[in-house]
Amino acid sequence: MGNKVLMKGNEAIAEAAIRAGCRHYFGYPITPQTEVAAYMAKRMPKIGGTFLQAESEIAAINMVYGVAGTGRRVMTSSSSPGVSLKQEGISYIAGSDLPCLIVDVQRGGPGLGGIQPSQSDYFQATKGGGHGDYHLIVLAPASVQEMADLTGLAFDLADKYRVPAMLLADGTIGQMMEPVELAEAQEVTFTEKPWAVTGTKGKREHHVVNSLYLVPEELEKKNFERYERYAAIAKNETRWESFMMEDAEYCVVAFGIASRVSKNAVVAARKEGIKVGLIRPITLWPFPKQVLADAVEQVKGFLCVELSMGQMIEDVKLATGGKREVALCNRTGGMIMSPEEVLESIRKLAGGDK
Amino acid sequence: MVVFEKPKSLTDKEFHYCPGCPHGIIHRLVAEAIDTLGIEGIAIGVAPVGCAVMAYDYFKCDMVEAAHGRAPAMATGIKRSLPENIVFTYQGDGDLASIGMAETVHAATRNENITVIFVNNAIYGMTGGQMAPTSLPGQVTQTSPYGRDVKTAGYPIKVAELLSSLDGPAYIARVAVNNVKHVLEAKKAIQKAFENQIQGKGFSLVEVVSACPTNWGMTPQKALEWVEEKMIPYYPLGVYKDKKAEKEAE
Repeated sequence: MGNKVLMKGNEAIAEAAIRAGCRHYFGYPITPQTEVAAYMAKRMPKIGGTFLQAESEIAAINMVYGVAGTGRRVMTSSSSPGVSLKQEGISYIAGSDLPCLIVDVQRGGPGLGGIQPSQSDYFQATKGGGHGDYHLIVLAPASVQEMADLTGLAFDLADKYRVPAMLLADGTIGQMMEPVELAEAQEVTFTEKPWAVTGTKGKREHHVVNSLYLVPEELEKKNFERYERYAAIAKNETRWESFMMEDAEYCVVAFGIASRVSKNAVVAARKEGIKVGLIRPITLWPFPKQVLADAVEQVKGFLCVELSMGQMIEDVKLATGGKREVALCNRTGGMIMSPEEVLESIRKLAGGDK
Repeated sequence: MVVFEKPKSLTDKEFHYCPGCPHGIIHRLVAEAIDTLGIEGIAIGVAPVGCAVMAYDYFKCDMVEAAHGRAPAMATGIKRSLPENIVFTYQGDGDLASIGMAETVHAATRNENITVIFVNNAIYGMTGGQMAPTSLPGQVTQTSPYGRDVKTAGYPIKVAELLSSLDGPAYIARVAVNNVKHVLEAKKAIQKAFENQIQGKGFSLVEVVSACPTNWGMTPQKALEWVEEKMIPYYPLGVYKDKKAEKEAE
């Protein structure tokens, strides 16, 4: 590991991607993720990489599709409305079983929405997003350090399982500056993938990168195979952070920037004698279901803190099986709750319990 | 003595195309260019959405299947990743000139070093004969049952003319495959579009005026006559842009 440097969250993504061996970036300008593209535009030409400002988000994701088919590390970044445009291409990439990284620095929606931070793309990110049976590996950073760390992890997981990965950040973490320790740069090695299109060189049968299966038995088989891989991902790669959960009687569930606000509230509630802890999903897909299911035996109620009208709360309710109350503390449209608002929700959930 | 054989870079898979469809001829011309230039081992083809959607089964080189209209974007990614390989797209008129117009124009204006084979048969074939961006004024299709009315449906897009107005692209030509003379000219243009890429000249597009007997509701013979009498007057054949030739003329 190198020294600590002060970086913006969006820049940390870009530098971490380069250090993870990514040499191809395709994007289209949109607030609040522009720094990723700007950083790539500066760096890529100096290291023999590709920075290309595409004519649209649609073109950008299909350029990603092309590079991914050749087996090289590749990424795009955007914000909510732009990520909606990418969904067609993401579905094709998932259907073709290719790895890549898509970054969504979320802003408020729906529609053109606003440019302030949000977490309202949770459904889109974790339930597929485009058409058909598929998932992305979805990682949710809560600090600039995690913007960097999870970018590297996203590339590794995408490669390992041949599944596109998404870094689901938000405008706050994208824009804020924090000290970050960056991983050493990986050597860029081009080991030929057994499925990639690189030219047959006359030495093998042709490879076809494709998501079209006109015979329904074949398509069904493909989807079953993909879901076996998803099961392995859920088993091996589910990540979360537990905070003050050891003796907790109440459990806050929050990710990204909402988890940071919530931690302050948890500490404040503890001072008032309320035994509360926090579970922070780091992988939103696979969702840390088991740790929440296990918490049911320990706690009296859950509180979801989200920058949306309540999206992750559905997964929390599924994981906890209706056995405990699941309350919601939320702001939306680009607004962020204060620690006091979360504290008030914790007090309400605890119902005067101390 | 062998006087006629299948190009080496085509697989043994039987074409699914309708009787009398010129896609078979155009596939063959592409394969002949690949064979002649000896590039099968480094070629990567991008199949479209449309009648040629299963082109990946017919070419022996590595192939990918793009989303509708996105072939030039996908080809851009492949070429940027593997600049030493030869990357081509094979697209129809709905794919290239309607849903994929932005990708086409921008790949051309970037002078992306790829080869684009554009088959213009003035109709959406795969979906059963709807009006295309290249359907002629008055042409009857499933979605222009009273004939294409330019007052409401606009005019056909002349892709070769449109793209040759850009500074970017290296080579833009329009050919046809309705008779032997035209097929031989088409063969030369397609080969040149590949040679340009090998020489690093950049974006080279060959528009091939083709026919769709099935959806035009004509016999194959009648369809070829219609190409000569109706299509070619609207879509004149020729080289619209050739950067090298322009340079030599200076």
